[in-house]
Amino acid sequence: MSIQLKNLTHVYSGGTAFESVALHDISFEIRDGDFLALVGHTGCGKSTLVQHLNGLLKPTSGQVLVDGEDLNGEHVDRRKLRMRIGLVFQYPEYQLFEETVAKDIAFGPKNLGLSAAEIEERVRTAMAQVHLNYDKYARRSPFELSGGQMRRVAIAGVLAMQPKTLILDEPTAGLDPHGRDRILGIVRELHQSGTTVVMVSHSMDDVARLATRVVVLAHGSLLADGTPREIFRQREMMEEAGLGVPEASRLVQALRARGLDLPDDLYTQDELYDHLLRLWKEANPC
Amino acid sequence: MAEENRIQAEAVSYTYEEAETPALSQVSLAVKPGEFVAVLGHNGSGKSTLAKLLNALYVPTEGRVLVCGMDTRDDDRLWDIRRAAGMIFQNPDNQIVATLVREDVAFGLENLGVPHDEMVERIDRALEAVHMTAYAATAPHMLSGGQKQRVAIAGILAMTPLCLIADEATAMLDPSGRREVLDTVHRLNREEGISVVWITHFMEEAATADRVVVVSDGQTVLSGTPREVFTEVEKMREIHLDVPHMADLAKRLRDAGMPLREGILSVDEMTEEVCRLLCPSN
Repeated sequence: MSIQLKNLTHVYSGGTAFESVALHDISFEIRDGDFLALVGHTGCGKSTLVQHLNGLLKPTSGQVLVDGEDLNGEHVDRRKLRMRIGLVFQYPEYQLFEETVAKDIAFGPKNLGLSAAEIEERVRTAMAQVHLNYDKYARRSPFELSGGQMRRVAIAGVLAMQPKTLILDEPTAGLDPHGRDRILGIVRELHQSGTTVVMVSHSMDDVARLATRVVVLAHGSLLADGTPREIFRQREMMEEAGLGVPEASRLVQALRARGLDLPDDLYTQDELYDHLLRLWKEANPC
Repeated sequence: MAEENRIQAEAVSYTYEEAETPALSQVSLAVKPGEFVAVLGHNGSGKSTLAKLLNALYVPTEGRVLVCGMDTRDDDRLWDIRRAAGMIFQNPDNQIVATLVREDVAFGLENLGVPHDEMVERIDRALEAVHMTAYAATAPHMLSGGQKQRVAIAGILAMTPLCLIADEATAMLDPSGRREVLDTVHRLNREEGISVVWITHFMEEAATADRVVVVSDGQTVLSGTPREVFTEVEKMREIHLDVPHMADLAKRLRDAGMPLREGILSVDEMTEEVCRLLCPSN
């Protein structure tokens, strides 16, 4: 499935003294199989954009096309289109409300009118996807769990709707390194098993590790769209956007400036490790 | 004679009611005047329990905590202790009580019965110290997360504390909010001599401290300068904490036979060291 943004503009409080343009003429396409990182300084319009992707906000002008159909068109089955796009908000655990983990995850599928057996199957699958043991956690209260586990329950609730595209707005905010790595590992597995992923992130190092594509927003406009390799070699642009580049990219540029023969587009620690070790071995053959 | 420690925790243990095992066990920590100490640990490590023991929100099950010489078990000194060691918490929205920034900063002073003129002066100074003077008459909900945390800090500063305890004060902020809050606290530490206990799980924040104490499973597992602590790559990994990317890369290259020196933390240090071995002019 594809989600295509065409000349998307969003103006908050249009026609009043508080009018502000949050998004200006944004066009790009989220393609099947992308792991797309959406990055930009706070206030650049990321969250506004994300809320257009499943129809929570309507564009002031422009369109969001889901497999060619206008999400905000007059005769469109919006509910059906939205079901294929799962949105995980920031701090999604604040939205947990049920007595047990299983009931909370079942809330969405239940509203679809599925049979009890189908609902349970979906809950089991979703819990497995977020690495929560069904027998151990299904009947626990979500509010007795750790912050990271609660967040995984909230994500499972979205996965139980079996979306083709999963959108996550800063899924690791507020988590410690261990919780962060678990969530990112889960998102990586979902992507590998065929889910298209859109992830809003502030961490260029996380983006470097995971994304196949990076879309950069600045002041409500699209600043750049490319692979991490293309984006992270443009250090000046990324710094002007208030984002910076991964440490590996910074090291590469510092070493090149000192005359070391390294490609200018390295951006992961593994690549750097390989190149530096090779240079060392060439210089010290025995 | 040297000035007494601002905070002194002596073999402190704490067990929550109905818990089988202690959340914190035999932890000692001394914070000198003007010192900036980071406490690093993952969720559930006991670091927030430690924070709450340091200004008498909790009282130790074993051992004792002295704040500027006052024992936190002494009920009569409770308000003096809290005034000497102010605390900011994680969620900016849970700490604001008033409808205007100025009134929020005034809250603690009003409760102390400080005369009006002095109160106005202390509020003005506190807002100035966190660079929020321009927002004195603003409604707190109009502020960013980082600005709200700075207002919370101003509320503590108005009480003229000797020590500031921050329990994951930046965990819910974006990178620029995090920087603005951490920079503010460093400036107060430097210019006003306020001691800081900075509790965090962000390794790059702990790296800016004078000293880092690493807590895991309720115990102190590492303690030293940031350089000493962050070059313990394997130990840090074991307890699920981050190490700086450059420390990690340096260790991998060293393990593979490249003779980089120990103690590399930053991109600049790595650049110098790789150049020493590989750059054409050397």
